[in-house]
Amino acid sequence: MPVMNMVQALNNALDEKLGADPDVLIFGEDVGYFGGVFRVTDGLQAKHGLTRCFDTPIAEGGIIATAIGMGAYGLRPVVEIQFADYILPAFDQLVSEAARLRYRSNGEFWAPLTVRTPYGGGIFGGQTHSQSPEAIFTHVVGLKTVVPSNPYDAKGLLIAAIEDDDPVIMLEPKRIYNGPFDGHHDRPLKTWAGHPKAEVPTGLYRVPLGKAAVVREGRAVTVLAYGTMVHVALAGIDEAGVDAELLDLRSLVPLDIEAITASVRKTGRCVILHEASRFGGFGGELSALVQERCFDHLKAPIERVAGWDTPYPHAFEWDYFPGPARLVTALRRVMEY
Amino acid sequence: MNNQPRLTLHIPEPPARPGDHPDFGGMKLPKAGETMRPDVDAAEPTMRDMPFGLIRVLDDGHHAVGPWDPHLEADVLHQGLRAMMLTRAFDDRLFRAHRQGKTSFYMKSTGEEAIAVAQSLMLDARDMCFPTYRVLGWLMARHYPLLDLVNQIFSNAGDPLRGRQLPILYSARAYGFYSISGNLGSRFGHAVGWAMASAYKGDDRIALAYVGEGTTAEGGFHEALTFASVYRAPVILCVTNNQWAISSFSGIAGANETTFAAKALAYGIPGLRVDGNDFLAVWAATQWAAERARLNLGATLIELFTYRASGHSTADDPAKYRPADEALQWPLGDPIERLKEHLIARGEWDEERHAALQSALEDEVRAAVRAGEAIGTLGKSKPELGSMFEDVFKEPDWRVIEQRREMGV
Repeated sequence: MPVMNMVQALNNALDEKLGADPDVLIFGEDVGYFGGVFRVTDGLQAKHGLTRCFDTPIAEGGIIATAIGMGAYGLRPVVEIQFADYILPAFDQLVSEAARLRYRSNGEFWAPLTVRTPYGGGIFGGQTHSQSPEAIFTHVVGLKTVVPSNPYDAKGLLIAAIEDDDPVIMLEPKRIYNGPFDGHHDRPLKTWAGHPKAEVPTGLYRVPLGKAAVVREGRAVTVLAYGTMVHVALAGIDEAGVDAELLDLRSLVPLDIEAITASVRKTGRCVILHEASRFGGFGGELSALVQERCFDHLKAPIERVAGWDTPYPHAFEWDYFPGPARLVTALRRVMEY
Repeated sequence: MNNQPRLTLHIPEPPARPGDHPDFGGMKLPKAGETMRPDVDAAEPTMRDMPFGLIRVLDDGHHAVGPWDPHLEADVLHQGLRAMMLTRAFDDRLFRAHRQGKTSFYMKSTGEEAIAVAQSLMLDARDMCFPTYRVLGWLMARHYPLLDLVNQIFSNAGDPLRGRQLPILYSARAYGFYSISGNLGSRFGHAVGWAMASAYKGDDRIALAYVGEGTTAEGGFHEALTFASVYRAPVILCVTNNQWAISSFSGIAGANETTFAAKALAYGIPGLRVDGNDFLAVWAATQWAAERARLNLGATLIELFTYRASGHSTADDPAKYRPADEALQWPLGDPIERLKEHLIARGEWDEERHAALQSALEDEVRAAVRAGEAIGTLGKSKPELGSMFEDVFKEPDWRVIEQRREMGV
């Protein structure tokens, strides 16, 4: 089976969808001839033609607006916002238009667009190339938000997102595009080679939206994570020496509430890990859901490990980034409660 | 010390406020027939004076003159007149319904009826309009059922949008009418995307979109123009310059510095400035832009120069910010009166038939409102409550399923 990194897996998903469906087309800043600043669309214009994968003006609101109009016509546009930090000029289009079109028109019009955007830190991007804005999208009714953590899921989730008839935002953890990262920034870089989830089948397959994956089974505590943090969580669990169950949520909206509640009811403890700032973060929603649905099973307070409530500081990247050491502390606290 | 003047901050003010005499003296109006008509396939650089002209066909004697005369059959003009009169009759009746507490909100298109009616009749059934809330005439020209409009305005059990939208924020796909949102200008770019999709598919359909002059200040307006220009999208982008954005006069949007049609110059697309109260001029300019779009020559920006004769909505009183009789002094007159006088001048109409039509349309509206009232005015009748949870997504996720169950519907 072919071995791919996450960039190659995403490229392969786009390549195969372009080949299979003439209504799929790709556009965004620098995605055409050049193939995107992270190379995700490399070679697609040359292979599929100018009108299938092309560059846009630097106008994120215009990109999303154009995609919504194309979706209303009947196409399935896939657009790239170069960094998730740059998506905010398009916020009105996503919130007031893409997310609401089906509802307000009583199903006459809808916007089946897919928005791909690299997010997250750990690349010395400073505060405008490092943010994790998932919670501002999960709060918006009518939007779906997914986050892959490995090449296999990246391809399958992207294909499912493109085929979905509702707007989907796919946040791509750019720190793990080229290899898994466990948060130990001072250790040698790893590639995806040898990782079981780097084996990516050719041909179209789907990772369904709304299904979490159990990455590691355990009985003592449930860890909820997504994106880069799945790899950080594995390292932290290992270093804490606890029998933790790790769920990779993969899809935040729709959320796999059944997998979460089943795991926490089994373990009785829950630690939530995300890179985004803590206050008002998606961890707050997860914590509330677990409390509402698993209270009688809880043996310890729910813990959240997250980025600090500061902008992402360039010089203090690794102080901000919630690495394995902070997870270890939280895991020990819930186990000793 | 130096001799330079101190800086001063300029805040534009309209020429007249309540209590003043309306003042349109500063307005330069080319005569009917005076503004040239470029060939539809002419290169854009050859027509860069167009944004400073004014396309007018009907002269002061109500005759059609000049190169923009579309030479329309009387039958088309009768259709147009009827739809404009129906729009106004409907607006007047539903505005009163709001005053009577039968609904929460209403907005009239009084004085602007020629624009949507002419464009709706001119374009093909399969083209798509991306409307504002002041283009009811589009639907009237295409015989949208009046009862469906009334039911939408009452948010009652017959509401085709099942009570989800503020009154008049319609959606009517089968009539080439895209869903309206309350956010201004956010669908201008959708029209460009829709038109690009049509071109991508090798289709022959084009899009038309509206914003008001106030909304030309929004970033989305300029983004849409950029995309339309870059990709030569087959789209007609219209700025309805009705002089007022709620209480802000057009100078707050930049009208004192240049025309709104002139925004096209920076994007290298044609910019036409049209008398929006002249049915024939609106038709002719739209026809020109549509032919150009279908020839793969891209987008046109059209400024429709008109006057918002009523308030912004039921929520404002225009006498608080402009002279009460300003609409009556508008130098380009009333669009319905002008088309009526033109038909009379052609020998195709008379006062008697006009009065009879007016009366028949009022009856038609009254019957529709009564039928809507029989279903129920706002709050007296509602769509099925459970439908509130539908269409958030194509398939509901567990949140809406659980919450619907929690409500017991």
